[in-house]
Amino acid sequence: MKDMSIDTIAASRAATVTALSPVARFSLRGRGDAVAALSAALGVELLARVGARAQAGARDVLCLGPDEWMIHAPEGDAAAIINACAGVAAPHALVEVSDRELSYAITGPQAAELLTLGCPRDPDSIAVGEGRRTVFDGATVILWRDGRDAFRMDVWRSFAPHVTHLLATGCRELALG
Amino acid sequence: MLLIHCPCCDETLPEMEFAYAGEAHVARPADPSAVSDAEWEAFLFIRTNVKGPHFERWRHIHGCGRFFNAVRDTVSDRFLTTYPAGAPRPDLTTLMGDDA
Ligand SMILES: [Zn+2]
Repeated sequence: MKDMSIDTIAASRAATVTALSPVARFSLRGRGDAVAALSAALGVELLARVGARAQAGARDVLCLGPDEWMIHAPEGDAAAIINACAGVAAPHALVEVSDRELSYAITGPQAAELLTLGCPRDPDSIAVGEGRRTVFDGATVILWRDGRDAFRMDVWRSFAPHVTHLLATGCRELALG
Repeated sequence: MLLIHCPCCDETLPEMEFAYAGEAHVARPADPSAVSDAEWEAFLFIRTNVKGPHFERWRHIHGCGRFFNAVRDTVSDRFLTTYPAGAPRPDLTTLMGDDA
């Protein structure tokens, strides 16, 4: 088993929960003509289907709602994203929410099962490469599914102690068999 | 627990992702100061309280965030349909078939 680093919240043979490094996060709202213009400005197509994701370089964009997207990018890319959207004349709203949320990696053979501890929806209904906003034990979270056994979860920071405590408990319980 | 179809996400999901938001198709008077007290009272407080198919609003709050409308039977709790906010009332006879 790998060493418990200070970023490891919990680890068992069932799953591992790790705190991820900060990223730049943006909430982007727009509709109509703004969508194509914003896609061109960002260099990433803003997909229309809820849950679909598109990437360009290190920018990862998830469609949360019919006129709403979440952008993740390296912290150093934040200014470039703000500048790119500032040049779009069509009405839209770009709000930096980098400090609002914390992200955790949930990986391992029972990662999806661990999420069922708090998610009423079936985590397996999120296809690999997609994402969803959903709820985990009362807290709104965003799940990004990067692989069959690899999820990331964005949590509003005030809910993080509750969510991570529950995930840690689940890690232990699942490992008991 | 109810399973609710969000017309925006096109997925059928557990009730816990949704919030109930009262009766649907209750339009706020365009010019409130022009209506009588009785009409304003009717807008604010008077609801159909139907026993059977009920037109109601829901919001996919832990999801796409959208409001939409549903027809739910208040006796059986069965959802007959859901449809986007702003769309006209679906025809009950078609929805309920022989039960109408
Ligand atoms: Zn939805």
